Amino acid sequence: MYYPHRHLLAIEGLHPPEITHLLDLAESYVLLNRSGKTQRDLLRGRTLINLFFEDSTRTRTSFELAGKRLGADVLNMSVATSSVNKGETLLDTAATLNAMNCDLLAVRHDQSGAPNLLAQKVGAAVINAGDGTHEHPTQALLDALTIRRRKGRLEGLTVAICGDIAHSRVARSNIHLLTTLGSRVRVVGPPTLIPAEAERLGIAVFHDMRAGLADADIVMMLRLQRERMAKGLVPSEREYFHFFGLDQEKLAHAKPDALVMHPGPMNRGVEIDSAVADDPVRSVIKEQVEMGVAVRMAVLDTLARVQRRNAL
Amino acid sequence: MPSDTLFTGVRLLDPASAFDGPGELLMRDGRIADFGASLGRPDGAMVVDGDGAVLCPGLVDMRAELGEPGYEYRETIASAAQAAAAGGITTLAALPDSRPAIDDPALVQLLRTRGEETGSLAILPYAALTRGCRGEEFSELGLLRAAGAVAFTDGARAIGPARLMRLALAYARGFGARIVQHPEEPSLAAGGAATEGELATRLGLPGIPAVAEAILVARDIRLAELTGGAVHFAHVSTAEALALIRRAKDGGLSVTCDTAPPYFDLNETAIGDFRSYAKLSPPLRAEADRLAVCAALADGTIDAIASDHAPRDADDKRLPFAQAAPGGTGLATLLAVTLAQVHGGALTLARAIDLLTARPARLLGADAGRLQKDAPADLCLFHPERIWQVEAGKLPGKAQNTPFDGRALEGRVLGTWKAGRRVFG
Repeated sequence: MYYPHRHLLAIEGLHPPEITHLLDLAESYVLLNRSGKTQRDLLRGRTLINLFFEDSTRTRTSFELAGKRLGADVLNMSVATSSVNKGETLLDTAATLNAMNCDLLAVRHDQSGAPNLLAQKVGAAVINAGDGTHEHPTQALLDALTIRRRKGRLEGLTVAICGDIAHSRVARSNIHLLTTLGSRVRVVGPPTLIPAEAERLGIAVFHDMRAGLADADIVMMLRLQRERMAKGLVPSEREYFHFFGLDQEKLAHAKPDALVMHPGPMNRGVEIDSAVADDPVRSVIKEQVEMGVAVRMAVLDTLARVQRRNAL
Repeated sequence: MPSDTLFTGVRLLDPASAFDGPGELLMRDGRIADFGASLGRPDGAMVVDGDGAVLCPGLVDMRAELGEPGYEYRETIASAAQAAAAGGITTLAALPDSRPAIDDPALVQLLRTRGEETGSLAILPYAALTRGCRGEEFSELGLLRAAGAVAFTDGARAIGPARLMRLALAYARGFGARIVQHPEEPSLAAGGAATEGELATRLGLPGIPAVAEAILVARDIRLAELTGGAVHFAHVSTAEALALIRRAKDGGLSVTCDTAPPYFDLNETAIGDFRSYAKLSPPLRAEADRLAVCAALADGTIDAIASDHAPRDADDKRLPFAQAAPGGTGLATLLAVTLAQVHGGALTLARAIDLLTARPARLLGADAGRLQKDAPADLCLFHPERIWQVEAGKLPGKAQNTPFDGRALEGRVLGTWKAGRRVFG
């Protein structure tokens, strides 16, 4: 079996064949989706609950579409974090979900490790749809699929991840996935937005965009949240854009055929210039969204298969 | 019931008098009548044959949080006393950041009385340095001291502003009292859940830099020097802070410190996979810091080992890591985890027991932690090699949030006596 785990909680710890299996399966779903055919028997009778403690229209609809394309019954539960604070704990929610006999659970939470805690308490297969500043595994998978389809490989590519690395679950999952599959990963950002001992993750750290982007095959931009300014980590959006915002001039330091990626939603004029974001040749941002559905179909399909096998 | 009890066949260990060897101890009317290599056996005396076990003074735990008053859902004084007895502890210094905080002389007296009522545990109250432990205005330190407060502290909260610490050290000096500091620079620690570094980065947890400890220790040593006051650093956990304390002691300053078992037995990897029972304050450190704590126990830089007991209930802990309450229970495991250092060769048994009895008693100014003729018989009988396994859910007392869950330990308390009465075993 290529993917033996009950859940998908993190990229860290996955072996190359497990990741490659998910990417290969997702690839087949890209073709299926484009052909207009469906596979509605695969998850027929299964229930997918999208349990979102944090708003995210993009990720939630992507999971929803993926579930429906495979024939699952899909329910969306948006739980305001405040109501959890009012007394209902995460584990009360877990008990409720167990009572509903849900099979697959995609969880988004603002706290690192929340899906791990749920996974200990629910019968369902848990998919981490983004937890705090920890991981966002399906985002890294869809990014890898996008790169692989465009470049034909991941091994040996130089990928520069730019921006708020410290608070980014997207960055962590991408770092683990890309280093596991043999890419050279750099992170670029001001020192206040680089996590402690980042080099220990097997990556190179840059504080200058031009140096960090030099000869990169892929430039991956991250969203900068406003509260980083409020907390004094960055003085202003203007200063941030000047030094770390991606524009054509900085992008010129990357390889001529370098691709530009962004997990969305973008802050135009803060971390990325519109001219770059909308560049039809370089930007693959829209393609990332398409890959997202295929990757989530592959993950749901795989975990459901593991479930069936475990039930035997 | 005979009023005489003779302990025989024991290894008598009393670090205060440097007695360490096979011996006997006679207990009469709740007091120690005599002890030595060989005593006669009075008629009708009850005999406890230790069969080679160690008999030492009841342990003195110089830092523990009690659930009462205010957090009885976590633990009551009765339940803490039960856990303490099982851990061989007969005297315990209780932190003041309860609800209400111990910032009034009547509350100090109340806690002492509540301890006496347990019949098994003397409670020595710390008093709140500031009203409500809020870090603003001072409590009535003189009156609190007169009521029996052993020292002043804001408990788990660091005394942040330098001016506040300066005044506290100076004023408390006039009453001969120590200031006990939680050494963690508050603005660096705010919002943190784990020690900053590779592991916290991987887990995506907000980090607290380890230097937050050394920064406050360095400052407070300078303030102790300036004021002539006495500062005690609680649960010291980093190499850098210990080096500063070592130098201050060499310089003759009135600086002391303790540490707690998690900081010499565990390192930060215990929080892997978001184990909230290993979330402590200060957070568990890197392995190099753990080794420095072991070395400082051996070389005398650390004056005492405290349980740092912090009862939490399941709802405090079964939360995402950053939201879970920090703290671990420590009463029942204090002795055995300390003995792991003895079995590992870092400490002699006599030194380990010294750090758990006579030395903390001296810091607290308590008449406890030593074997003394005519003094109340507070005793701990333990077998240093007997094996057991820590299991959350099966520990004595109510609070089960141990960071040592699953840890196999050598060294088991066989019996505990408080003023001659057997309270455990």
